[in-house]
Amino acid sequence: MDFDLNDEQKMLQETVTRFVAETYDFQKREHALKTPDGWSREAYAGLAEMGLLALPFAEEDGGFGGGGVEMMIVMEALGRGLMVEPYFATVVLAGGVLRHGASERQRADIVPAIAAGDRILALAHNEQGLPRHTLAARTTASATGDGWTLDGCKIAVLHGQSADTFIVSAMTPEGLSLFLVDAGADGVTVEGKRGYDGVPVATVALAGVNVPNEALIGSTGQGEGILSPVFEEATAALVAEAVGAMAETFDVTVDYLKTRQQFGVAIGSFQALQHRTVEMLMQLELSRSMSILAALSLDIDADQRSRNISAAKAQIGKSGRIIGQEAVQMHGAIGITAEYKVGHAFKRLTAIDALLGDRDWHLARLVEKRGVYSAAA
Amino acid sequence: MKLDFTPEETAFRDEVRSFLKDALPEDLRRKMINRDHLTKEDTVRWQRILNARGWAVTHWPVEYGGQAWTPAQRYIFQEEMALAHAPEGSPFNVNMIGPVLCKFGTPAQKERFLAATANIDIWWCQGFSEPGAGSDLASLKTTAVRATDADGDHYVLNGQKIWTTQAQHADWMFGLFRTDNSGKKQQGITFLLLDMQTPGITVRPIETIDGEHDANEVFFDDVRIPVENVIGEEGRGWDVAKHLLGSERSGIARIGLSKERLSQLRALETRLARDGTLGEEEQRRLAHKLAEVEVELRALELTQLRVVAADAHGGGANAAASILKVKGTEMQQRMTELVTELAGPAGLAMPDHDHAPNDPDDGWVHAAAPFYFTMRKVSIFGGSNEVQKNIIAKTMLGL
Repeated sequence: MDFDLNDEQKMLQETVTRFVAETYDFQKREHALKTPDGWSREAYAGLAEMGLLALPFAEEDGGFGGGGVEMMIVMEALGRGLMVEPYFATVVLAGGVLRHGASERQRADIVPAIAAGDRILALAHNEQGLPRHTLAARTTASATGDGWTLDGCKIAVLHGQSADTFIVSAMTPEGLSLFLVDAGADGVTVEGKRGYDGVPVATVALAGVNVPNEALIGSTGQGEGILSPVFEEATAALVAEAVGAMAETFDVTVDYLKTRQQFGVAIGSFQALQHRTVEMLMQLELSRSMSILAALSLDIDADQRSRNISAAKAQIGKSGRIIGQEAVQMHGAIGITAEYKVGHAFKRLTAIDALLGDRDWHLARLVEKRGVYSAAA
Repeated sequence: MKLDFTPEETAFRDEVRSFLKDALPEDLRRKMINRDHLTKEDTVRWQRILNARGWAVTHWPVEYGGQAWTPAQRYIFQEEMALAHAPEGSPFNVNMIGPVLCKFGTPAQKERFLAATANIDIWWCQGFSEPGAGSDLASLKTTAVRATDADGDHYVLNGQKIWTTQAQHADWMFGLFRTDNSGKKQQGITFLLLDMQTPGITVRPIETIDGEHDANEVFFDDVRIPVENVIGEEGRGWDVAKHLLGSERSGIARIGLSKERLSQLRALETRLARDGTLGEEEQRRLAHKLAEVEVELRALELTQLRVVAADAHGGGANAAASILKVKGTEMQQRMTELVTELAGPAGLAMPDHDHAPNDPDDGWVHAAAPFYFTMRKVSIFGGSNEVQKNIIAKTMLGL
């Protein structure tokens, strides 16, 4: 049992945390949100320079072979800065599909461009009218002889409006399958929106979109098998991001309690607020524990992994809500203004709960598996 | 980073598990499962079995009978004890006065008390709280006035203690008494040991909401205590008390107890679904509640393990440690709520432990509600959860 980072991991943590603190303050973020992209290409290039865009990819693909703990470190730091750049969309989600399913040739074609920050990928999987966070699609892929024709509509595609390439899930006779689709292909229509958390989202319509055979990732019917581990890993990453956002929210709130004066004293001297702040601290530490559990669970047997990941996501769903709401409340009116960081952290924490299965979804999965602890434990 | 225990730790776990399997008397195990009330003899018998193995006072210094265990071993030991349904021994002997004597006792006091304390040849009670000094312990008023006469130097005690757990069984009391009123209220408090047979001591029972008699009032009427019964220096008792309340944290969240209760809940879930007590909708709601409570327990368990790992290389104050008492007691209480919900109207009838042990299969039904009621105390004693939050706000957050 060991909860310490090794020397390389410590260095990674210092580097990323410093990068976020020094180059991505709240004003920079606000400015990025107002650009046409809605995020900062400069900041993203900074992540590329540090090698973070290559982090989870295998060394033979030009990556660094980083695991769960490395990803936790990076996501927590990005969470502290509330970074809206397409790291999660491109590196974690789409990159995860490439790592778990793509051919050597596909990886050789795409991974170096992702690592350099030159190519943005987005996973187009969610659809209207299907259960949330399900491994299913109504979008279809029909064989044409030398390729496939895709028809359907995808929603909540993170960073869809900036994507050069989509990974689209679609049904084939063999089951759910994954395809690489150029954003510029005929029949692709992208309608971009601003997410309430600042992260751009898009609806992606596919009307008779033709792709070649080489666009298929893995073989037909492998979609579920590829997406399952990707979603587990991505959920662990979101949990870590949430811990970063919670930690930042907590620190900002404690500072505010010490400086804000009312009735002639710092409001942090009021016991009603002190006890609630301590509850926030407890929620933060419980969440941090679960983020570590999730990060260390990625390589264990799939059944226990999903229990651990669901427990972690359920925990941060609750803790994120408590910390976000309490931070806003304790700040008073300033907490609900757009010009103050805490409200944005609250919104990001709300979005994180909604993504990849919310607290109720993960509790339901735990019920199905008869709990967090396996029968053996 | 890794979660697994080392092979040595796993071997240690097996050793503890196998010892408990052989050594724990079946009648005690049965009582613990059914939440039957343990008698003084039950507790003494078990502690002597542990003591014979060298495991009664494991966190004391080795020279006084402790074990040179790592924080991880301490954690494993406590968890295995709970999972095996083993009683905990007397906390007053093992966790309170023992460590205090080891740290502050004179050679003569150590010689006189330590071995007897480990073996419960002396049964201790704690005289801290008073009617006007609960959370605000330092405002205690029971006086100890120095007097010299033909018999030698004495303190003469007058006043009252309250909530004194198991005082009716106690051979000795350790307590805090006011020897000086002139300074700050934390000054002028003296830590004394007293023989409960001393003339002038009256113990009066307090019945609690679980129908049991564990708590007492203790009155002092010109009780004469020899001065050699001071622990540490006169007037410095507050420092001794702080040491007593803050020393051991490898088991503070009591994860093992909550895990044991969780496994009971899981067994009941299966049984009550099978015998038709729980309808489908109730089963569904219960399953959801259990999933929620397990998430919390897992998070708390990992937090406790982080503290155990940190303590292995020095420890020190950290945010994770500070939450363990508050969240650990909330968790224990939540478990008792759920068992009481499951017992339902069948649980209205009180247990009949004066006459016969609880029925091995249905004892839990009658023990559920009294246990739920009595467990409200865990967020009150030893510094209420509100006091814990005050301390965290001040020391960790600087508020």
